Amino acid sequence: MVSAGSPASNPRQREFSHPQVHSAWRTLDCGFAEVADVFEECVYEALSVFSNKQFAAYLEAARVIGKLGRGAEPLLTFLQEWPTIAAALSGDQEPSLPQVMGAIRALQKSPNSQAITPFLQTLAAVARRLKAAEQLEIYIGIALDLMVRTSLSIHGRQATFPSPGLPHFFEQAPRLLGLLSTGGLKNWVDYGIRNHAGHPERQEAFFRIDSADSRAVLQRERHGTLFHDIERPLALYMQALWRESVPLVPYSTLFDNGRQVMPYFDHFGIRLPDVLDDQRGISGSDRYHAMLAHMLGHRRWSTQQVADNWSPMQRMAVEVFEDARIETLLCRDYPGLRRWFLALHPQPAEDACDPANTSCLRHRLTVLSRALLDPAHRYRDASLLDFVGRFHALLAAGESNTGEIARLALSYVAKTRRQSDQRAQVHFAETLIDYRDDNRHLWRFIEEDDEGEFISEQRKPAAQEEIASLPPRHYPEWDYKSQSIRPDWVSLYEALHPSGNARDIDTLLARHAPLAKQLKRLLDLLKPQDKVRIRYQEDGSELDLDIALRSLIDLKSGNPPDQRINMSHRTNGRDISVLLLIDLSQSLNEILPGGAQSILHTAREAVALLAWAINELGDACAIAGFHSNTRHAVRYHHIKGFSEDWNETVKGRLAAIEAGWSTRMGAAVRHAGHLLAARQTEKRILLILTDGQPSDIDESDPQQLIADTKKAVETLSNEGITTFCMSLDPQADAYVGDIFGRNWRVLDRIERLPEQLSMLYLNLTR
Amino acid sequence: MTSDRDPYLLRQEPYYHAQGNEISLYEAAYAARLPVMVKGPTGCGKSRFVEYMAWKLCKPLITVACNEDMTAADLLGRYLLDASGTRWQDGPLTTAARIGAICYLDEIVEARQDTTVVIHPLTDHRRTLPLDKKGELIAAHPDFQLVVSYNPGYQSLLKDLKQSTRQRFTAFDFDYPDGALECRIIARETGIDEAIAAQLVKVAQSGRNLKGHGLDEGISTRLAVYAASLIQRGVAAPDACRMAMVRPITDDADIRSTLEQVIDAVFAAPAA
Repeated sequence: MVSAGSPASNPRQREFSHPQVHSAWRTLDCGFAEVADVFEECVYEALSVFSNKQFAAYLEAARVIGKLGRGAEPLLTFLQEWPTIAAALSGDQEPSLPQVMGAIRALQKSPNSQAITPFLQTLAAVARRLKAAEQLEIYIGIALDLMVRTSLSIHGRQATFPSPGLPHFFEQAPRLLGLLSTGGLKNWVDYGIRNHAGHPERQEAFFRIDSADSRAVLQRERHGTLFHDIERPLALYMQALWRESVPLVPYSTLFDNGRQVMPYFDHFGIRLPDVLDDQRGISGSDRYHAMLAHMLGHRRWSTQQVADNWSPMQRMAVEVFEDARIETLLCRDYPGLRRWFLALHPQPAEDACDPANTSCLRHRLTVLSRALLDPAHRYRDASLLDFVGRFHALLAAGESNTGEIARLALSYVAKTRRQSDQRAQVHFAETLIDYRDDNRHLWRFIEEDDEGEFISEQRKPAAQEEIASLPPRHYPEWDYKSQSIRPDWVSLYEALHPSGNARDIDTLLARHAPLAKQLKRLLDLLKPQDKVRIRYQEDGSELDLDIALRSLIDLKSGNPPDQRINMSHRTNGRDISVLLLIDLSQSLNEILPGGAQSILHTAREAVALLAWAINELGDACAIAGFHSNTRHAVRYHHIKGFSEDWNETVKGRLAAIEAGWSTRMGAAVRHAGHLLAARQTEKRILLILTDGQPSDIDESDPQQLIADTKKAVETLSNEGITTFCMSLDPQADAYVGDIFGRNWRVLDRIERLPEQLSMLYLNLTR
Repeated sequence: MTSDRDPYLLRQEPYYHAQGNEISLYEAAYAARLPVMVKGPTGCGKSRFVEYMAWKLCKPLITVACNEDMTAADLLGRYLLDASGTRWQDGPLTTAARIGAICYLDEIVEARQDTTVVIHPLTDHRRTLPLDKKGELIAAHPDFQLVVSYNPGYQSLLKDLKQSTRQRFTAFDFDYPDGALECRIIARETGIDEAIAAQLVKVAQSGRNLKGHGLDEGISTRLAVYAASLIQRGVAAPDACRMAMVRPITDDADIRSTLEQVIDAVFAAPAA
């Protein structure tokens, strides 16, 4: 039907037999041969969708695109895609065409014109997902915003560079919109711009969804119920109703566009999708519960069947009957579950599939499954009703079992098999029961694959290496500009601090012997006297006879008696865990003005004395140091653990501390809080000894790490952990209050640090 | 003497359904005047059992709810002041030793360990109670018996019984009754239909499965009885369960939502 037109050397002059096509081609005024080849078809398609006025607008827009000087590609894409796009968007195209043209013009004017083609290429897919013109407008707004904020301008040279992420963004847009709402998309894009605007390669990786944080934020912004949010309630549900504690493992639905993975379970646990949307009026959370209930039913009542001699068709039927048996038994125990199963189970019409020319197997089994589950079904097929009756008769007697049910299923297959079941064309509509698992646990095959045995058995795990260091822990960081967290942003490595010479610490302590003696007196006063009698109480647990008699004498002799004649007891215990966190950044190596000692040396003295004092008091104490070299390497050194004594090993580690790198305090505080949170004492204290404000070389904004540390301190405070900062920075007043509220002290005379630190601790915990 | 005992005698038979042979075992322990310890989770019928045995043996029962602020004086007695001078006031333990009652120290671990030591002379062969403040040595009445209850479920390191205290008692282990029996108990206690009682038991058992997974204690028989009483007053069953069996036991949002799901699963909505 397509006349190729007259083959002229100049495509602009090409003749089309249809007069309307011909005049349209003249209007388009286009010199690309590739366009001329397909133009006629495009016009026919457009005319079938558009009114005359709309067609004129379409043609005009195409003319403009053809004149952009970007080759034939954008024009071809537009001509072919636009009718589909307009059809996909509800309402008429008038509101969206100017939007799209505006976006194209904006791209053309900026250095980002390379992105026009990907924009148009994915627009149809995007439009199909967005459905409404207003949504498309928001999408274009997000894209233009991304363009403006990531096109780098160097003002001195008046040069502007194209946005590295924009083409990738357009390429990924259909997939992104399949997962995110436009609001989520905006957050995701904003995150990428904020954190990667200054780094082209990382930006590209982010918008290609190739980097870890890109995926993490994407996961966070997805619509539906996240597995992560509901994992604990699901585990509790399983424990409460079935007394099972099988590990729940999510599988990703992020990038499976082709094949839908069904939930399943195996030796390693129950696998559930990582996110579920609401469906058929059942919330994502309830769908998770229904899936879990179904699989737990299998775990309880199903037994494995040897399946070597059964055809796939027979296995399908056995699965349908077995699933129905499980659900009948489940509903018998917990009738409330039936509501979910009925709502989630598809309800295919009995005559939806024509057995004459398609394979109706799936449809027939789904109808059967519905009939087995739903007592109020309306199906009339005689053999179906017969088998439903036999099924219920089997279950009326008791729980039945998988073998018995399998026999019923096999006779069902024998009875209802049709020739057309073998056809390639299969009726799929309304046959997917997606809360049921794939029943892989039900089958056992005695014969392996022909040669599978030889290969699979060879893979023995390599001998376990001794773990030299712990894997990194990831902590989030607070981004104060967007008031949101950057998930898993910081990698923290913890390790035991290398050991040095313990004798050094003893020497240090010996030098402070007079101070130690003075502290010792104080400590004895502070030591808990477990039970203390409080006398002179008006109300108390017991009469204090001495006082009472004295009062009585006073009374009898006419003097006003003392009424405080009771006494009571109170316990005076100390129940404290304290973690001393030392900032070991480079600045500690500075030499004190007017002295020969570095700050590090003084700090070591102070910490040694304090550790000794805390040990004398009997409080549980841990000591750790930290420093950082960008967010990828925060080091956390254990010097003393809570359960370790103040012994040679610990002293050795303390003697070996060295300073270097920067101060990314937030992550270290979070990790210290994590350790403290496990302590079951009445008071948990985190003492931070630092000489400057939080900073790191990969963070240019000085406020960023201060705000993050403040957030970390707040988090700890919510968990009942008190944080106290002792700063050696004389200029600390400017920021330390912002971070720690009222819990800070500036120790301005560093040479007196050993004395001040211990006294401070005693005062804090008195 | 009988007049002293009157206020502590039980007038009515308390309802108690034996789970095993505990009644005859207790009778034997009482015959030998051995001190008895009753262990078990909260709300499983410990106190009801002691009341029932006191009624069955026709002995007065003096119950002391122990708490952390309780001192030895609260058990033994103390001097009080009145117009003429000081006056000694017997504590509940002293009274019981004098009149020959069963003294029941409920939740004894709640009391401080040094307080509970005062019961030692009463619980071995001496069966005496020295009142050091008063300078008196009371020989316990032949009918006197000491019963303590405690809940081993508290996972508190601070609250435990000293070995020297533990080894003075014979002990009973109590637990929640099995499903059918618990059903009958709830039905008998509140007059509710057994079918509904069975559903309540199902909810309670689900709660017990969560013990150690965020719940310190399972849902007790007592709470199931409360729920049944609410249902008897016309409250819808799921609401009664929420009110009596979910909200009291936890503030943990996840556990609450789980138990809500359990209730939904056990009670099918009337529409379905």
